[in-house]
Amino acid sequence: MSGQAETLLSVRGVETYYGKIIALRGVDLEVRRGEIVTMIGANGAGKSTLMMTICGDPRARSGQIVYDGLDITEMPTHEIMRMGIAQSPEGRRIFPRMTVMENLQMGAALVDPKHFEDDLKRVFELFPRLKERLHQRGGTLSGGEQQMLAIARALMSRPKLLLLDEPSLGLAPLIVKQIFETIRELNENEGLTVFLVEQNAFHALKLAHRGYVMVNGEITMSGTGAELLSREDVRAAYLEGGRH
Amino acid sequence: MASTRTDAPASDGKPAAEMPAQAAQGRLAASLKDAAVAAFLAGVLGFFFIGLRTDIEPGGLEITMRWTAWVVSILIVFGGRLALNLFVFRAQRPATGIVGAGLSGMGEALPGLGKWLMRGLFVFALVLPFFFMAAFPGKDRQFIDLAILILTYVMLGWGLNIVVGLAGLLDLGYVAFYAVGAYSFALLSQYFGFGFWMALPLAGILAAFWGIILGFPVLRLRGDYLAIVTLAFGEIIRVVLLNWYEFTGGPDGISGIPRPTFFGLEFSRGDDGFAAFFGLDYSPIHRFVYLYYIILALALITNVVTIRLRKLPIGRAWEALREDEIACRSLGINTRNTKLTAFSIGAMFGGFAGSFFATRQGFISPESFTFLESAIILAIVVLGGLGSQIGVVIAAIVTIGGIEMLRNLGFLTQIFGPGFDPVQYRMLIFGLAMVFIMVWKPRGLVSTREPSAVLKEKKRIGADMVAQGEGH
Repeated sequence: MSGQAETLLSVRGVETYYGKIIALRGVDLEVRRGEIVTMIGANGAGKSTLMMTICGDPRARSGQIVYDGLDITEMPTHEIMRMGIAQSPEGRRIFPRMTVMENLQMGAALVDPKHFEDDLKRVFELFPRLKERLHQRGGTLSGGEQQMLAIARALMSRPKLLLLDEPSLGLAPLIVKQIFETIRELNENEGLTVFLVEQNAFHALKLAHRGYVMVNGEITMSGTGAELLSREDVRAAYLEGGRH
Repeated sequence: MASTRTDAPASDGKPAAEMPAQAAQGRLAASLKDAAVAAFLAGVLGFFFIGLRTDIEPGGLEITMRWTAWVVSILIVFGGRLALNLFVFRAQRPATGIVGAGLSGMGEALPGLGKWLMRGLFVFALVLPFFFMAAFPGKDRQFIDLAILILTYVMLGWGLNIVVGLAGLLDLGYVAFYAVGAYSFALLSQYFGFGFWMALPLAGILAAFWGIILGFPVLRLRGDYLAIVTLAFGEIIRVVLLNWYEFTGGPDGISGIPRPTFFGLEFSRGDDGFAAFFGLDYSPIHRFVYLYYIILALALITNVVTIRLRKLPIGRAWEALREDEIACRSLGINTRNTKLTAFSIGAMFGGFAGSFFATRQGFISPESFTFLESAIILAIVVLGGLGSQIGVVIAAIVTIGGIEMLRNLGFLTQIFGPGFDPVQYRMLIFGLAMVFIMVWKPRGLVSTREPSAVLKEKKRIGADMVAQGEGH
């Protein structure tokens, strides 16, 4: 799978600060076209900061982020998102007072409206539950449905690269399995490139082609998902207490 | 007095179902007794505060007894306490609960009712001047004037609704744009001889420009911080108008602002006036009717534009921005431009309303653009239900019309003496009304939100689905 495919996103020596506090200490990372890459790590390791830095908010103080051959380090957030990157942010962040339909429409804000009906059909196939809830207010959905909506909303922008920040957050194991299964389908059937940040290390590493482990703002390990899963130190640090 | 509230209802210990009639009788007796005690206390306390009136006289105080006021106050306490006892404190179903439930139910019934209410109001608004001329020949001028005032606030409310209700940017200085619009027209007419119709678009553009000027520094602010800065902005505009004497006339204001013309025809008595041209008898009411239709048209334009914008990407972006700014950015929405358009379009309608205000009054001064105006406009938007167009109309009628109604409560002077002026208490009553609405309808009178997009067939969406939760 990997190896010969070209690089879609590369992060080189990125440092990010919150005021004087350093959050990312020179992160290097690569996502190739058609891959699922995951980044695991404990709370406060800097996973979400890395994801937000890719989107340009907060900005990297040093280092370089290159997407599809273009340096996007200094680009405004909304222009980065217009280049075919879509994000399902941490905590889902759907629009609670708008209906599911309106949420999906917001996701398609940048796309030619003639694709809208087709894209809508496509996300309904992936998440049939959303079709049932179409005219319901986003805030009245259950946690799992909200996560589905967040991913569906991101997909509505026809992305080349999908950034997912902790899609398993606060969800029942069965729903988590369902959502990860959908991500695999998207990757296998449509060749969608996915960069996944997770705490649920077992599921994430099983799903991903390659993985990175982040500790304290630095990447300490990397390898294929299976490799990392079999390593003793990874198991001890992130899979203690069995398979979540 | 409150201590009697708890002991009476179940003190006899009998099962309630056994003797309902006797229980009711006991309740009445206890209520009467409680009310009598309250009336007695009111009589004792009120004897000095209400019954005696002291005036300073040469050589001491002159004391006059006010028996009527004293007795009336005792009777009010007795009656009020009795009513509270019977219907709230000791009732099986407290009346407050029923009223509260009714008020909450009203919001759910409104989306269906709303359409017809809106059509009814619209038709009534179209024929209103003729209705008043036919129904109240002596008072038509006063009523049409009031309708003009209410419509001005409806328009301001709709303008502010774009900023506060849709984009979720709390703006406490909206009156600044109203002032910019009014002064733009007044100054353009004073220095360059512009008429109303020429100045109107310019006033809107200038106000929109100031909206962008305000928008830039506050782009990064939200909530409380934004409110403080916009409040300051409103005051800055007013203070500048007040102190730039050579240009704006300062506290003296600007007078002699031209009246609007009807395709060049003035509403004057002369041979080239409106009445003479159409062969009508001259009447000053023509001008009022004309002003009414101008503000009605302006307000309707505001409404139609807002409704259209809500269904366009920019309007949806405003609402999404209100919901979650970070999510908006991560969907590729340029939040800076979205905020600036909300500020400038809201300001533009404020500017239109301002230049209408100037032409209606013929005179403006900074006194008309105090913070209180901003507060009233914001209150109209919040009471109506943020983002609801019909809610703004109802709230404007209730607040502005309500304040005016107080002027007509002449009978109160017969109770409280000739010096009593209900208008002085308008802010108190206004505040009380707001508290009650916020207790019973915390999300405003119309709290449902009509979705701006539906799939294919426009199917009715149940109120329970779109009703606003307390949390969001």
